[in-house]
Amino acid sequence: MTAPAPTAPTTAPVPSGLLTGDAYRRLPAWSTWAFAGGAFAVALLVLIVAGAASPAGVTVLTAVLFVLASSITSRVVEGPRRAADRLATTLVTGAFLVALVPLVSLVLLVVTRGSDTFGWTFLTTDMVGVFGDMTEGGIWHAIIGTLLVTLAAAVISVPIGLLTAIYLVEYGRGPLARGITFLVDVMTGIPSIVAGLFAFALFTLVMGPAYRAGIMGAVALSLLMTPVVIRSVEEMLRLVPHELREAAYALGVPKWLTIVKVVLRTAAAGIVTGVMLAVARVIGETAPLLLTVGLITQVNTDLFEGRMATLPVFAYRQYEQGGTGIDRAWAAALTLILLVMLLNLVARLISRWFAPKGAR
Amino acid sequence: MALTTTPPPHGGAAPRPSDASGASSQADARAVSTGRVAGRVFAGLSTGAGILILVTLTAVAVFLVVRAWPALTATSEELGAISWFDGGSVAQYVGPLIFGTLLASLLALALAVPVSIGIALFISHYAPRRLAQGLGYVVDLLAAIPSVVYGLWGALWLIGQLDPVFEWVSSNLGFIPLFADYQAPAKNIMSASIVLAVMILPIITAVSREVFLQTPRLHEEASLALGATRWEMVRQAVLPFGRSGVISASMLGLGRALGETMAVLMVISPGFLYSFHLLQPGQNQTIAANIASKFPEASGLSVSALIATGLALFVITFAVNFAARWIIARRAEFSGAN
Repeated sequence: MTAPAPTAPTTAPVPSGLLTGDAYRRLPAWSTWAFAGGAFAVALLVLIVAGAASPAGVTVLTAVLFVLASSITSRVVEGPRRAADRLATTLVTGAFLVALVPLVSLVLLVVTRGSDTFGWTFLTTDMVGVFGDMTEGGIWHAIIGTLLVTLAAAVISVPIGLLTAIYLVEYGRGPLARGITFLVDVMTGIPSIVAGLFAFALFTLVMGPAYRAGIMGAVALSLLMTPVVIRSVEEMLRLVPHELREAAYALGVPKWLTIVKVVLRTAAAGIVTGVMLAVARVIGETAPLLLTVGLITQVNTDLFEGRMATLPVFAYRQYEQGGTGIDRAWAAALTLILLVMLLNLVARLISRWFAPKGAR
Repeated sequence: MALTTTPPPHGGAAPRPSDASGASSQADARAVSTGRVAGRVFAGLSTGAGILILVTLTAVAVFLVVRAWPALTATSEELGAISWFDGGSVAQYVGPLIFGTLLASLLALALAVPVSIGIALFISHYAPRRLAQGLGYVVDLLAAIPSVVYGLWGALWLIGQLDPVFEWVSSNLGFIPLFADYQAPAKNIMSASIVLAVMILPIITAVSREVFLQTPRLHEEASLALGATRWEMVRQAVLPFGRSGVISASMLGLGRALGETMAVLMVISPGFLYSFHLLQPGQNQTIAANIASKFPEASGLSVSALIATGLALFVITFAVNFAARWIIARRAEFSGAN
């Protein structure tokens, strides 16, 4: 740290005069953009001359040149502390931009590669009689399977999750509640493949080793979904103002009725949102379904008997098969992403439109 | 939500204070008792649901052990009859798999943590206030993408992009054994770790961001008032405050990476070695990917052997998550994180 050096000892020190001291010399605000533009131009020029111009190469060289030029200039003009600050700002912003690369490339790739095959016939046909290099076939059976399995998982985990959250918020005291809270958190971290193995072990012990059915996948998914439901519902219930509960008690309403009629009703929009986000999270799970539900070529609507097709497993198997399967895999991935995004969007809209007014 | 819309069978079970007629007070008494029963049933149901969580976690462990038992107690001849089985016992078989799982996850963590801290700082302290929430949502979108799509992206796009990079690294830094002898295509553990790193970015970022946002405003302002630059303020006030939060966020990310199946399965070319050759195919495999690749064709004892490896994975992830949650729980002020 250098002390601010008063440069004009004879004249009266005015505040703006202080800022002319060496320690306060700053690069102008536009310098960042100037450095970026300059770095880009130089990088482009160098790589074109070298005959190796590619988008990735130009980006990397621009970033390196920008960091070097701005750090060195800043160090000379502003001193080491400002230079470190500038470098940190560049790196932190850079980290965010780096994270955008996979997101943008993935979405672009899925949309461009998926839209070749994606279409009404693809959505509404199944894979019966499709083999070899045939480009026919579709995912109707997989859509039905995914919806049924996910719905069954929701039917299992929503009541359990809802009641557990109610227990934790309204009833739970002492070590049992603390233990459950802790284990719910740990449960969020169960690997999906272990959930699949659990469902497999459970059903094959009870029903015999060859048993395969959609319900096995649903149980595996519900194991992954329940902790997410509990967490989000718990958060919503804690947001319900305590005055509402007290008002109900003051009117003589028993506790359970207060919970059902007042607390849950107030939190309903948030709960629906949380459940939909939980569904969006498990709808793309692949590994547990690969182990338990498997894949078939036609529609199976019986959750309790026989294999079912699901979108993620379908996409994986088509990828594995190669050839025209790759195109179907991309189209199935596009369908899956659209489904997930739709669920996310609807969930956010519900929480925005139906949020209790006046509570905040 | 059926619970919120269906009216309960006995409406207001509250005792009305003074309604003198005998019949009605009798009815009231009945209403009170059914109300009490309903209340008790409801409390019992919700407590039962909570206990069911404990039971489920125990059941996961118990069922895995029961199904893995035949393989754990089998002789080496019986196990040797499985076509893909190497080594004399389950422990010997699972060793390289545990090694591969840890290597891939730790590499992914090493890549993801610095970037995540950067993103979290960007959203909490650098980005314009109005944009910050939207940018956070953009990063959360990464978490919404299904793992099989990451697998497709990694196997069909990323590998091609990484090829020249690995080529360059191998020819210029190849004297370091880690980077020696790259072979195209890039179906190696490094590519798998990069995909894993992208997949665990959102959770690490989300938890770190929450913790950074909770830095006491006075600490930040005191630092700035002493003339610190923004970066110095971050180093003096934000990072020390957020350290334990970042550690537990990293461990949550590690837990995710350990159990991730599809991305590794689709990207890596498997091998069963204790090998640090990051750029060579056919060196490592993870437990989860190994199960997914062999399970659909397995039967009998081989199923038990695979479930035994799954049990090892369960124990490892349970321990990691347990430790992470314990660190978070110790700092109760971070309870908002995740």
